[in-house]
Amino acid sequence: MNRFRWTIVGIVVVIIAAVGIYFGVNSGKSGTNNAAGKRSVAIITDTGGIDDHSFNQSAWEGLQKYGKSAGLSKGNGGYNYFQSNDESDYRPNINSAVQAKFNTIIGIGFSLETVVKQSAKQNPKVNYAIIDDVIPNVKNVVSVTFQTEQSSYLAGVAAAKASKTQKIGFIGGVKGDVIDTFQAGYVAGAKSVNKNIRIDVQYANSFANAAQGRTIASAMYANGDDVIFTAAGGTGNGVFAEAKALNQRNTAANKVWVIGVDRDQKADGAYTDKNGNKSNFTLASAVKEVGQSVIDIAKQAQAGKFPGGKVVTFGFKQNGVYLARDSMSASVWQAVQAQQKRIESGAIKVPIHPKSYASVQ
Amino acid sequence: MTQTNNKALIAVLSVVFGLVAGAIIMLIFGYNPFSGYGSLIATAFGTPQNIGEIFSQMTPLILTGLSFLVAQQAGFFNIGMSGQLYAAWVGSVWFALAFPQLPDFLIIIGATLFGVILGGISGLIPGYLRAKFGASEVIITIMLNYVILYLGNSAITSFPKAIRQTTDSTNQVGDHGSIAIKWLSDLTNQSSISAGIFIAVIVTILVWFIMKKTTFGFSIEAVGKNADAAKYAGINEKATQIWAMTLSGALAGLGGVTEGLGHYGNVFVQNSTPETGFNGMAVALLGSGSFIGVILAAALFSALTVGGSGMPNISGVPTELVSIVIALIIFFVGSSYLIQLLIKKIKAADAASAGSGKGPKGKKPKKTDQTEEAQA
Repeated sequence: MNRFRWTIVGIVVVIIAAVGIYFGVNSGKSGTNNAAGKRSVAIITDTGGIDDHSFNQSAWEGLQKYGKSAGLSKGNGGYNYFQSNDESDYRPNINSAVQAKFNTIIGIGFSLETVVKQSAKQNPKVNYAIIDDVIPNVKNVVSVTFQTEQSSYLAGVAAAKASKTQKIGFIGGVKGDVIDTFQAGYVAGAKSVNKNIRIDVQYANSFANAAQGRTIASAMYANGDDVIFTAAGGTGNGVFAEAKALNQRNTAANKVWVIGVDRDQKADGAYTDKNGNKSNFTLASAVKEVGQSVIDIAKQAQAGKFPGGKVVTFGFKQNGVYLARDSMSASVWQAVQAQQKRIESGAIKVPIHPKSYASVQ
Repeated sequence: MTQTNNKALIAVLSVVFGLVAGAIIMLIFGYNPFSGYGSLIATAFGTPQNIGEIFSQMTPLILTGLSFLVAQQAGFFNIGMSGQLYAAWVGSVWFALAFPQLPDFLIIIGATLFGVILGGISGLIPGYLRAKFGASEVIITIMLNYVILYLGNSAITSFPKAIRQTTDSTNQVGDHGSIAIKWLSDLTNQSSISAGIFIAVIVTILVWFIMKKTTFGFSIEAVGKNADAAKYAGINEKATQIWAMTLSGALAGLGGVTEGLGHYGNVFVQNSTPETGFNGMAVALLGSGSFIGVILAAALFSALTVGGSGMPNISGVPTELVSIVIALIIFFVGSSYLIQLLIKKIKAADAASAGSGKGPKGKKPKKTDQTEEAQA
């Protein structure tokens, strides 16, 4: 009888495997194929994932936009994303993208630097891009960096101008070269308005921990901060949630603000106050056009002008970074624009590393 | 039927049920489960690179699985493997980068030892607290995970600039400290496979030997089954508990060493303690206390994870489904009572069909139960 039962289990397993392989091989062949000559593009997300309301989402939206305009379809031979839920997913994901014969593969975020570099060496015919990091002198890799310290400087100006308490907050994701630019710019910008402004600085140590973001935001608002700039990817969702909860119990005149990051997060700030008035608490968004950079790279690759080996910097000029106006009042907006001109002319040099990670008095 | 046989059957059935339930979920959300699993298999075994990747991801899973097993034998529930692994990962990479002037083999041995010792200490602390003060090792290991996570992250960011690549990641350990094997990497098209897999298998045999053939292993088991009885039998139960947890931590630590010197080749700031540590628990559970089971379960989990990366692109099924399938498998292992019930029913049906002649009757009750199971 023992043998009989094992036979059943064996048969089930074999059937599942066989049918699976059959369909697998078949579906691999029948994958969508686009017209010849079109270059396919894939992005590999970092652990934030494509619905982080920020960095990865911006990249994916850009890629979708490009895909549609170029007449590509989602899937093999067109455009697609590979989501990383853990650091150990990076390598299998990039291998899968190579295996699926994508022509251009874009690593979203500095944490993919190592795998992009390795994969680029092994597959010299595939084009690679790395966002937010520099892989120098590799012919088939373009490095894309953003001058986010500049837009963050403007965010600091806006925060200091809008704050009633002259206490503002900064929530970073994970300490590193990229988030350094946000913190350094923000602090410098706020200090340029009011030398004595208090800036609470805290790191969530995660780009994907909304609960932690909410806890920190709650403490900051309780501490008197009325503007928080969040440079923390998906962690920022918790900051928005906390601000919304606070504001819904209050009148619109006394609301607390959030400055969004990477994408224009105005939509995330819409709420109704306790008197039933519609309002918005997204003061501004330090937009970083990751999506635009993805589109640019895809277009250049399509045109046969892939800028391999180069470092492409996106600043105000290329519309790569900017401060979206969102809910800024006319006077705040004016101050922001004035400062932007001074940065563009070179009159202000914005630091890219903060002096310390401690709160600033 | 022997007990081990029964356990193996439960594990196999759990995997089958997990896959079937996953297929049902795919159907509910409008995906084709055959193309879903097909693309998973095609991705996992489709290229030499991914096969190498499976071995690479298996390595720390085997070691953390063993770590959990040893702790379990001693009556501990070690949730701290994630932290123990991370401590060793940071430590071993630091050692390999800090002493570049040493000869290669000394770097590797030194880094491994340093990592294993750090892992061992991280296991010793909860072991000691539990043995001496009766503190709950579950809570202490969970909390230690955070302590180690933030200590490790802060250590990485404060390493000297010369050995850091960016603010939050170190340089690659390179040829001097790497345990990668050239011909294996070449064979698998430069995947991250390393000597770690051999280390893991050898260590598995070693741990099996310790647990089954030595007095120390016997006393661990005795203490785990009944500490008081062990004490009256003349076993120093406290020392045994402490040593068992130290061994458990050291094994998880060795997993971290293979991550640092093998899989990743460096260490970087983590958002949370590495998932590998927690997955080790799942591996040990599915392995149902057997050493070969741990290796097989680790192989299955890493094949699922690596294969899962190709699912969205080929068949549109989100990779998260793999996590669901793994979770379901663990669910079925956990609810082994249900499966035991099922096995009893089949036995009864077999007996009945044996009485009334042979026939496909035995198959019937199984099928209905299977759907019930999936709906549960």
